[in-house]
Order: sequence, then C-alpha cells, then structure tokens
Amino acid sequence: MSLAGFEVEVEQVGQQGLETEEMTLNMGPQHPSTHGVLRFVVKADGEVMRQAIPDVGYLHRSIEKIAEKVGWHGFMPYTDRVDYVAAMFCNQGWGMVSERLGDIAVPKRGEYCRVIAAELNRIASHLLSVGTMVLDIGAITPFFHAFREREKINDLIEQLCGARLTYNYMRIGGVAWDLPPDFIEKVTAFLDRFEPMLAEYHDLISVNKLYVERCAGVAVISPEEAVNYNLVGPNLRASGVRYDVRRDEPYSVYPELEFDVPVGAAEHGVLGDSYARYAIRIREMKESARILRQCFRQMPDGPVITKVPRKFKPPAGDAYIRVESARGDMGWYAVSDGTEYPYRCKVRTGSFAAMAIIDKVSQGLMLADLVTVIASLDIVAPEVDR
Amino acid sequence: MTATEIYERLKARFGERVISVALEAKDPWILVDPAAIAEVCAFVRDDPELRCDVLSNLSGVDYKAQGWIELVYHLYSYTHRHYVILKVHTPRDAAEVSTVERVWKAANWLEREIYDLLGVTFTGHSDLRRLLMPEDWIGYPLRKDFVEPEEYHGISTRRESLLR
Amino acid sequence: MQAFLDQLIADGYFAGVPPQLVYAIAIVAAAAVVIFGFVLNVAGVTTFIERRVWARIQSRIGPNRVGPQGILQWLADGIKLLMKEELVPAAADATLFKLAPYVVVMGFVAAFVAMPFSSVLIAADLNLGILYITAVTSLVVVGILMAGWASNNKWSLIGGIRSAAQIVSYEIPAALSIFTIVLITGTLSMQSIIKAQGWAPWDWFLFYSPFTFVSFWILFTALLAEGNRTPFDLPEAESELVAGFVTEYSGARYLFFFLVEWGNLYVISAILVTLFLGGWQVPHVTDNPVLLNLLQFVTFFVKSYFGVILMMWIRATLPRIRVDQLMSTCWKYLVPMAFVNFVGTAVWVAIWPNGNRPVWIAMTVLGFALLFYFFYRVEFHRRRSGAELLFSPFS
Repeated sequence: MSLAGFEVEVEQVGQQGLETEEMTLNMGPQHPSTHGVLRFVVKADGEVMRQAIPDVGYLHRSIEKIAEKVGWHGFMPYTDRVDYVAAMFCNQGWGMVSERLGDIAVPKRGEYCRVIAAELNRIASHLLSVGTMVLDIGAITPFFHAFREREKINDLIEQLCGARLTYNYMRIGGVAWDLPPDFIEKVTAFLDRFEPMLAEYHDLISVNKLYVERCAGVAVISPEEAVNYNLVGPNLRASGVRYDVRRDEPYSVYPELEFDVPVGAAEHGVLGDSYARYAIRIREMKESARILRQCFRQMPDGPVITKVPRKFKPPAGDAYIRVESARGDMGWYAVSDGTEYPYRCKVRTGSFAAMAIIDKVSQGLMLADLVTVIASLDIVAPEVDR
Repeated sequence: MTATEIYERLKARFGERVISVALEAKDPWILVDPAAIAEVCAFVRDDPELRCDVLSNLSGVDYKAQGWIELVYHLYSYTHRHYVILKVHTPRDAAEVSTVERVWKAANWLEREIYDLLGVTFTGHSDLRRLLMPEDWIGYPLRKDFVEPEEYHGISTRRESLLR
Repeated sequence: MQAFLDQLIADGYFAGVPPQLVYAIAIVAAAAVVIFGFVLNVAGVTTFIERRVWARIQSRIGPNRVGPQGILQWLADGIKLLMKEELVPAAADATLFKLAPYVVVMGFVAAFVAMPFSSVLIAADLNLGILYITAVTSLVVVGILMAGWASNNKWSLIGGIRSAAQIVSYEIPAALSIFTIVLITGTLSMQSIIKAQGWAPWDWFLFYSPFTFVSFWILFTALLAEGNRTPFDLPEAESELVAGFVTEYSGARYLFFFLVEWGNLYVISAILVTLFLGGWQVPHVTDNPVLLNLLQFVTFFVKSYFGVILMMWIRATLPRIRVDQLMSTCWKYLVPMAFVNFVGTAVWVAIWPNGNRPVWIAMTVLGFALLFYFFYRVEFHRRRSGAELLFSPFS
C-alpha cells in the first residue's frame, strides 16, 4: 500500500488488516487468586489467551529427598506439607506404603479412625476448594460461609489431634491417638447442621445464572484427554470416567462402607467443564458425611495402632499404593533398602497433572477464564512442587 | 491379568527386549530394554488384553552402587483394573531413554521432573527443560552424590545445624 | 444565593472588594462546604457501612473496634492512607499518573452541582440538569484510562481498557432510560422532574407505566456498570487483576479512587431517586420553610441510602461477569429493551399526556405486592434454612 510518496508497509494480520501484537503477561507467583505460588506466562491477544504456560517450582522444598534423611517414622510430619489442605490423606498414603513394605496390619479400629479423619479432611478440603472458586469468580459471600463450616471442622480435628492444618495424626501402623470421649457426638451434631448448609449453598450460588454462565462450557476436558493426562479424582469424574480408588481398588475399611461415587452429569453446560468439576465436589461432601455417619455406627473397639519397632526396617523392595485424596488419587512409591531410612520416596499428586493440562486447555479462553480453570481443577501449589 | 500372563504376552511380542520379570516382589515388575520402552508402552496401551490407558506414575531412582538409574513406570488400566509395572535401567553417566510422551501426555511433566532432578535425558521429548528447579541450576538434586552448592546467585546456602 | 450576596454587599460588608471576587470566593467556599462537609464524609461513612453490611451478610461482625461500634473506622483508614508513602513507578508516565486521581475526583464531585437535596438546597438548578450529570460522570472514564495507561503495567492497562469499554457501552441504555423520564416531563432540569412527581408512591414515575418500571431496572443495571460495581467490577477484579487499574497507586491517590467509587454509589442512587422515586417530595406537614427543607433533605438522603444499601447487598451476593458477557448483555439485551421502552413511553405520553391514573395506581399496587412477596420469600427461606441469628451484630 502506498500513499503519495510515502511507502508504508502494513502487515496484514487479522481480518481488518491492522497490525496487532501479542501481549505477554505474567500472572506472577504472588497473585490473589492462583492457589498458592504458581506462575503463568500468558500470551494474550487482548483478552483472548493464546497460551498460558505454567512455571512451577516456587514451592519446591525437596520433600522427597528429605525422606531419605529422616527415616520412615520421621517422615510422617513432612507428608502433611505435601498437601497441607488435605493432610490426612498424605499421612494415610505414607502410612500405607510403609505398612505394605513392612507387612504390617493396622487394627480395625485404627483403620476406622483413619477413615474418619480422612473424610472429615475431605469435607474441609472441598469447602476450601469450592469457597475459593466462587471467590475467584467474584462472589465474596459463599467463601465466608464455606470457611465458617471449615472452622468448625478445624475445631473438631483440633480436638482429635491437636493441630488445625498439618495434622501428623497417623503413624506407621495406625493412628497416634484414639478418638476423644465425646467426639462422635460432636461430629454428628456438626453433620446435622452442615448438610442443610449445602442446600443453602446450592440456592445461593450453584444455580445463580451469572455463576453458571462463567463456569459452564469453560475448559471442557474430554474423558479420553483426562485419562491420557492422568487427571484424577473429581476432575476425572467430572469428565465422565467413573473411577474412584475407594470403590475400584479399595483399601482400608472402604469395602465395608456404602457410598455413591458422583460422576459428572452435565446439568448445566457440558460434561467435563468447570461447572461439572465444581458440582462434583459439592456432591462428594454429601457422600463424605454419609461415610462418617456409617463409621460411627460400625466402629469396633480395640487398639488403634500396631506396635512397630522404633527402628523400622522393612525388607528391601519397592511398593506403590494409591489413596483417594481430596484432589484425586495420590500415588506413593517407596523403595526400601532394608535400613531405617527410605531409599527413595516419590509422590505423584493430582494437582501435578492438572497443572500440566492447563497449557492445553487454556488456548482460546479469556483471561478471566484462566482463573476459573485453575480454581475448578483445584490446584494447590504444594502438591505440584513438593 | 496376572503378572505372569502379562510377562508372557510382552515376551511373545518383544522377545529379547523384555529382559526379565520379578514375580516375588510386592508389586511384580518387568524389566525392559531402554531402547524399546516407547514401543512397549505403546503396545501396552493399545493391546486390548492389557489396555493400560493411564500412566499412573513415573519415578526415577538413583542406584549409585549398581551404577544405574532405574525408571519405574506404573501403568494402570481403568478397563481391566490391573497394573503393569515396567522398569528400565539406564547408566548413570549417560542416562538416556526414549520418551513415552506420545503414548501418554501425562509423561510430559513426569519426564521433565526426572530430567530436572536426576539428569535423565529423554530423547524425542517436545519440551525437555527443568521443571521444579530454576532454569540456571547446575546439578541434579535427587542423585545420591549431589552436593549442594555453596551459594546461589550470591545467597549462601550454608546454615548452622539446629540439631546440636 | 446571588441575591443573598448582593444584599450583603449592599449592607456594606465587603467594602473595597469587587463584587465578582466576592461571588467567586463565595462559590468556592460553598463548594468547599459541600465537599468537605458532605461528600467526603458520605463517601467515607459509606465504606464503613458497606463493611458492616457485608459482614452481616457473611455471618461475621465487621469492624467494630475503632470508636463506638467502629464508626470511626473510615477516619482511621483515611488517615492511614494519607500517611502512606506515595510511590510513582519509575517507568510510569509521571504526569498522567499523578493527574489521573484528580480527573476522577473532578468527574465525581462535579455531579453534586446539580444534585437536588431539597427544594432550595441545590447548588445550581441547571436547566439541563440530568444531561449535565450524565456527561460529567463520564469524566471518570478519562481518569481511569489515564490511570491504566500511565501505570505502565499490563494488568492496569487491561483494567483501564475494560473500564472504558464498559462505561462507554453502558452510557447508551442509561441515557435512553433517562430520556424516557424526560419524555414524560418535557424538561431536563432536576428540580422540575422532582416537582412533576408527588410525595406518595402513586405519584412516582416508577409506577407511571410498565415502560418506566422496566426503565428503572435498566437504568439501575446500567448505572451499576457505570460505577464499576459488582457484577460489573471487572476493571478492578480483585482475583484476576490484583487491583486492576489502581494496582500501582498507594497513599492519597489510592484514597481518591476509592472515595470516588463509594461516593459514586450515592450519586447513582441520587439519580435513580430523582428520576423515579419522587426525589425530596414530602407531604406539606409544616409551613416553616427551614423545617420543611430539612424534612425534604432527610427524605432524599434516606431514599438514596436505600439504593446504596441495595447496591452493597448486590455486591455481596453476585459473582462477576466476564467481559464478553458484559458486552453482549449491553448491546444485545439492554439497548434493544431500552429502545422499546423509549418508543413505548413516547407513544404513552402521546396518548395520555398527563399520565394514565388507573394504570399508575394499578402499577403502584402491583409494585407493593411484589415487594411484599419478596419479603415473604425471604422469610420463607430464612425459616427453611433454620439459620439462627448467631450473634447480635452490635456486640
């Protein structure tokens, strides 16, 4: 194109022939809405993202290497920090893999205590996940309601094991302490008040048109993709794959408990979108409440821990177990060389794969949707980085 | 399928490249030649009897005494509900294995982590760079002979031990 | 006011001072009184009330330490912000960066010139009152764009551009809804619009016809968008853009932006009350002009404050909408609806120039019935959820 005497080269980019430039934004490690210290380098064309490249490692604490130094028993508090939002599951995972290597059987009451603690933690973790998801989308009130309930659970767990976030409740061979005297009554009272609150939640936010419009159809993950990327837990079930480690590869006392496994049903939007992932977590909380009530009815008496020697030396070999954590199945792989220090400990967490899939799933979404996707996949930074 | 059946099937298909099986272990595993791992994995995923559609875990273990780095592939099948556990040994000083990224996309980040922390190069990987450690880090922290550097960009890493 | 000043000059109070200077100083003094005595305080107290209202909605208490029941919290926040270091980023465009808060405050404060607080308490009863207010509140966009650009921060830029797109788009349904009222009264002057209504709900323009009823809600939505309030608060979307266009601001400049945001709630509400809810109209209970004007002022203030609390309630409840949804809401839904209202009102005024009394009264009854139904449903849900009022908010 040339104007009288003035040669102008216009790069024909886009339909209008205007020259546009891609913007590189940094959704940095400090940000009010990334769940923990996560960083995304976002290449955006205005509001539409071309790519959101995750950059992780800001919370890498070399927990796996520390296991090799502190020993089998000593590693239990460190497992809390692998996922501090759902710490009971990490405890359970490490306990289970050590017991598998050392051929230790946990007494029945100990298993029930484990399941009770784990399911209480699942409710707390889902409350946090759901609360922060709606907060990121802009509704500030349900967040407070979710945390109001979560505070009550924290109080209950504080009575159980003394800590509100990093519990260190379980030991190799069982749990550290039995349930306190009126624990069952208190938890039952809490559940009686909690389940109607879920209905209130539903009325407040789940059917709110604005919320549904923000979440439905955003970041649809097909079941084949979900399986290929090793997406686990609620993320996988929201895409339609009916798989739950508690049901399909049962461990602990789950074979004796009756519960449903919610699978994505596309009530609003598409199977595998952000709304499905949100809805599944709400339903899972209900199921956890159901499991808790059954546990209280079925718990036998007896010891809660098997005696395990101080210097625990499992025979040489390796073992891999999976625990259905709040964020999906958490794979624990431990190698023993016969000494009291693990030779290698590896944790493969649910958020790890979820971070990996963001790059693929965020292409073509808007900036505001990136926040929705991160929140709906329930990513916590400590799980990704360990 | 039991471990023996899986081993027989793989042995029939790949012959010498499937080296051995350890049936007496807690989780029976099959040792595979590192050069053939991508093919074996593709077969394990697509074969209707095995149908391992998910790579549940990929760990690297540094066996310094034996001189190799062992990669453990835990493959799981949602349809058949069985595990296939493959192991690969690669020498410590020239650790190179072909990538299984084209078989399961989950391997992308898992292999990047192993590259970052153990120094195993995955040939054919689309984006092999450090994942957890900073881009300019030297060394492979999970190796048994890793020595922490004295400082990083001017920040000292030496601190008094609290255990005394 | 001019007559009053002329009287004082004639009495010899300002000997030797040219009358123009007296007028000028008087105007500035009056503006200062209005701004420092009323506007800033209202904006400040609104921040405090918003926090208490949110807290009650969110099952918590809110600030209650500073002063009795926390009433002085806003003063404490204001003083704290004034004492903070005012950073100007090195790579920012310093002139524009420093100028932006003042442009925004100008746009906001200038609206109070034509704000009818009572039948005599109006700084200037411009004969294009409502048009003037609409125009002047748009200055805020210029300030926001300046802030977003001058911060030299891509996130601020996105916030600024989003705000510009939002405010400019929502001017159209807002203006169309305002002009439905202008069609009815035939004048743009604020006082005349109020005088065309009466003190009773069946004399308010809200219930004049179904078209004005819908206009009210369109105007409400559009003004929410103009004021950058949830559900339209993308420009300062906390969870996405840190703080949007005010990310780089600190200290007094930050204070100005937020004063404007909360003060704007009042302006929005005042516009709605003037146009639709009868303004300062009260029944003629006393002949004493001072008392009557006081009553009118209090009425106007209370009505506007209901609107403000409604907007706080909405902010606590609703999530944020996305930029493309915002645009489609405006252009695909609000603008056509506003046009239909406009044409409908024009036809209505043509057929019934003095309003259709039966419909007016029927609409009033319908409106109140809706209100009662709403409260009934609130009570129903409250009983069903079994929620106790866990604590007194005044503890």
